[in-house]
Formats: sequence, structure tokens, C-alpha cells
Amino acid sequence: MTLANARAICPALETRPADLRHEAGVLAALCRWAGRYAPLVAAEGADGLIADITGVAHLFGGEAGLRTDLHARLDRMGLAAHSAIADTRGAAHALARHGGGVIGPGDTARGLARLPVAALRIDPDTAAALGRLGLGRIGDLLPLPRAPLARRFGPGLILRLDQALGAQPEPVAADPAPPHFGVRITLPEPIGLQADVMAGLARLLDRLCARLALHHRGARRLVLELRRVDRATAQVEIGLARPMRDPARIAALFARGVDEVDAGFGIDGLRLSAPLTEPLAPEQAETRPPDRGGDALADLVSRLGNRLGFDRVLRLRPAESLIPERSFLIVPAAHDDAPAPPAEAPGPPLPPRPAVIFPPEEATPLSPADPLPPSGFRWRRRTLTVLRATGPERIAPEWWFDDPAWRSGLRDYWRVETREGPRLWVYHTPQAPGWRVQGEFA
Amino acid sequence: MLLKPLRHRPAADSPLALAHARVHEAGGHGRRIFALFQAARHPGPLIWILPAHQPERPMPRGLPEGVADRLHLVTPRGGTDLLWATEEALRARAAGLVIAEPAEALSLTAGRRLQLAAEAGRTTGLLLIREGAGSNATETRWSCAPRPRLPRPGLPHPGAGPDSTLHLWSLNKNKSGTFGDWTVDWNGASAAFHLVSEAGERCEPQGAAG
Repeated sequence: MTLANARAICPALETRPADLRHEAGVLAALCRWAGRYAPLVAAEGADGLIADITGVAHLFGGEAGLRTDLHARLDRMGLAAHSAIADTRGAAHALARHGGGVIGPGDTARGLARLPVAALRIDPDTAAALGRLGLGRIGDLLPLPRAPLARRFGPGLILRLDQALGAQPEPVAADPAPPHFGVRITLPEPIGLQADVMAGLARLLDRLCARLALHHRGARRLVLELRRVDRATAQVEIGLARPMRDPARIAALFARGVDEVDAGFGIDGLRLSAPLTEPLAPEQAETRPPDRGGDALADLVSRLGNRLGFDRVLRLRPAESLIPERSFLIVPAAHDDAPAPPAEAPGPPLPPRPAVIFPPEEATPLSPADPLPPSGFRWRRRTLTVLRATGPERIAPEWWFDDPAWRSGLRDYWRVETREGPRLWVYHTPQAPGWRVQGEFA
Repeated sequence: MLLKPLRHRPAADSPLALAHARVHEAGGHGRRIFALFQAARHPGPLIWILPAHQPERPMPRGLPEGVADRLHLVTPRGGTDLLWATEEALRARAAGLVIAEPAEALSLTAGRRLQLAAEAGRTTGLLLIREGAGSNATETRWSCAPRPRLPRPGLPHPGAGPDSTLHLWSLNKNKSGTFGDWTVDWNGASAAFHLVSEAGERCEPQGAAG
């Protein structure tokens, strides 16, 4: 049914877009919570969980008791759920989606008999074809000879039937837990010297970096928590300019932060974690170029960024705009993973641009009645005489941005050479008459 | 051989080349252009350290060829952070040239520390200073100013002739050489430049001069 049809039938219908990412997150949380009922819990589809409760049910007073307990707790959470308990995974799946309940041990065939064939996890075409033959329920399939069924509907149907009845094994495999990048060390005696903390950190880093290497990842952010004897916690956090798992180079970045920590009466525990990691493929030492200039630069960016802030170590990137101020982006060097843009295809020569740009500064023409461009002007408390002026190059504001600096409208840019030396990039705003200096040429 | 030279200083191949692994200073209105000229002539990553409050920024399309891709800007907040960042960058052996624009006058201690860092890291540094704000520890000090191409009597009107790309770069202090003034014709696009003779006419075609 389309939404328009549904609205026509029920005008008061409330609709909301599906938030699949959020739903998956909630399902993952429920999957963790369901661990209280069984050791092996896995997500099944986008809206189901499957748990292997073999040998667990008696702890909750039997299978029916377990199911009642589950529903009571889910109700308290405000979740509506259907559940079923059966001998096999296929049977539980079928029953949970068609009524729910408990199928006792050894009772699988009888319990499934009344369910529609679509409950067997077969594709809709097979289910429809079975329906046309009058085989609407699972019970209709059970007495039939298997060979003609397999010949007519393929091995998938027989496999699903066998899985539901337990003739084919179908274990529950829980998802592997995501790797946790955190290590800790507890000390028998409190320590207070910086060298001792660094020695402990080196041990933690060795373990953490080994774990990072195992999962082919590199850290981008590391947090060292120092637990003091008086139960206070000091934290040292560093960022890295690029993913890294080299203990010696990371330890050097911690030195400054550890130096500033107040050890109080002593530190008796260290915890090192990497909250932010990125994939980092293993590298062969032999294939590296002998000069480690890239590493040295990344280390320098990390060191500068950790003291000054990573938003203060910048690179220039070209941008798609004719507006001088927006023709380039200044991006943090640590997050600039894009390779250098390809060289531009040769086209018509572009008008020259100044080497240095600054926010527009007022320039006062010496005589207001001058033609364009003026014969001289005052700028930065200097009187400049115009020797040559090249231009104008007209640049119109981008109307789709409301830029306060461009409220004065069109700009006519001139390259002005002065008798005093400076070669300036000057513009005139014809819509709000005035002259401004915005840059300086080589 | 009584005295061993304190450090090996290869002879500069050009009067405008900066001695390697030393810190130099440049002042005057054209100091940033001088820095860009040196940046184009140094291979490897470039680090330009300038105070966050300073409004001037390099504009990629106006920079010499290949400089924008190699350029890293560092914008520390205070004078101490700026000197620290400069020292770290000089010591790191990562950059081909480190350019810094200290806002305050440099003390002799600061200048000497930067000089030691440059020697330890085998990196060349260039400090862009305000007038009289340099330190005595510098290897060379340059005074840079853009020059106009002044009209000469032969030309029909003052605005005729090509645009000027002349610079007057004078070496005012040099610990291991002589002083000098050079008028350089550099258009700011490539590493190539043209030393202009005193008379000034030789670099132009005969017709334009006549």
C-alpha cells in the first residue's frame, strides 16, 4: 500500500520517516541486554534477536517462565515484542513471527504444522507457488515425498524445512565483539616521578600498539588516565596528525602532558585508551623510502597541534570560487587527507592574483574628482602616487551567499603600481563609490 | 692548521642564497615577497608561522609555482607560542624552510636559541621582522623593498612599458661575507629571477629603452 492510499483510507494517519541507523543502534543495545538470558545472542534481520538458551531455562523457572520474565521486562522498558521458544532456530523464527509461544521439546513438527509456509524463511515466489498447489501450511508439506518437492522448488525449500525440523544444524553465532583499544596497569606502590610514569606509559603503549597492529589500525587520539591514591584522576590527551602505532614516537608526544600532571600523594594506576582509531595497513620496512621526511613532518604537526591546537596548523587548498576570499580554503593539516589536486588543464591565462591577501582596507583618493583609477591615494598613513594601473577586472558577488563583506556590490579590481614601490591589488565599488586595498603583488 | 673552522659553510652559489642550517632575518615592506622568493628556491615542505591576529595570508593562486602545495601555515596565539613553534619546526628536520613572523622584538637569547635549533635540525630559517626588531644572533639581515620601474624621458608617457617586478634587496648584516645591494627582477611566479645592473636599462629590449 502506498502512503497516499493509506492517507485516503485514514486521514488522521501519523507518519514518520524510518530512522534505520537509530533502530540498528537500539537493536545492538537490546542484543547486549539479552545477554542476561543466554550466552549466545545474535541479531536476526533488522528487527529480531535470536538467543541460544540451551541449558539456561531452568534458571528462570522453565521455558514458559523465561518467556514471561522476558516480556515483563520488555514491557517495563516500553517495548512491544513477540517471542517464541522452540527446539530449532528455524522453528523459533517461524513461531515468533506468527503468534509466538513455546513449542515443547520434541514437539516441533506438531507445533509448526499450523503455520503458513511463508514462515519457513523461503522467498515469496516459492511461497506463492506452494499456495497455488494448495500447500498453504507447513503441515501440508511434511507428509509429502521430498524428492519431487526438491525437484520442483529447488533445494532451498528442503533445506529450510530440515532446519526448522532440526534435521540440519543451524547454530547461533554471536557477532564478534568490536576490538577494544584500552589497556591498564595497576601499581602495587604509588609512583610520583615523571620518569616512572613514562616507564609505565611505555609498557602500556607496547601492549596497545600490539593490539592496534593486530587489528590493522592506528590511533588518532589517545587518552592517558592517571589514577591517584586519593582517588582523583588526572587525564592527558593527545592527538596525532595521522594514524600511528609506533610506541616510541607516541611516547614523545605524551612527555609534555605528563610533565604538567599533579601527582598528589602518588599515582597507583594508569589507563591508556585510544578512543579514535583509523585503519592503518601494515607496512613492509624494506619498501619505505630511506628518508623519513613524511614521518618527521607528521610528528612535527602532532607536536605543534598538541600545544597550539590542531586548528592552528593549517594547509591551503584551492576552492571553486571566483571570490578572492573564498578561492582557497584553509584546512587543518591533520585532517587534510585529500591528495594534492591535479594540475589544471591549460586554459586561457587567468588574471593575476596577489601573493598576499588581507581584509579590505580603506584607501582614500587624493582628489575625489579623479577619473578611474585615481592618480594617488592614502593607505596605511602613506601617500602613494599611482604610476601604472592595470584593469579593471570585474568580480560580482555570489548572490547565493549573503556575505557582509560583499554588501557593497560589484568590485572592479586593479593592479596598481605606485611610485613609492608597493604594488597593490585595489578595488573600486561602483555601486557604493569607494576604494579599498586587498592584496599585494610580488 | 691552527684553528679548525667552527662549522662547514659551503660558498653560496648565488648572492641571494641563504646559508644552510642558519637563521636569517628580513625586514622592510617587501619581506614577505623575499620570503616567497626563498620558499620557491628551497625544496621540501615549507612552514610559515605567523601570529593568529595578523590579517595577511598567502593567496595560493598568487604564490610561486609549487609553493602552495608545500606550504603549512601555523598560527599560534602569543609570542611565546610562536617562538616555541619556530624552534620546534627548525629542530624537526622536516621542513626545507621555516618562515616566522615574530610580532615583538627578538631578544639575543631567543635569536641564539633559534640559531642552535636550526643547526641541530639542519634546517634554514627566515624571520620576517619589523624595522629594528631583529636580534644580533642572525646570520644575515636583509632589507627588502619593492621598486617601481620609473619612467624615463624616452617613453611617450609615464604609464608605458611593462609592469614593474623590481625589488631592491640589500644585505645589511652578514656574519660570513660582505654586504651588498641587489636590484632583482622577479615576477613572483617561478624560481627564476633576473639581476638588474645598476644602469637598469639592460634588461629591457632595445626598442623599449630607446
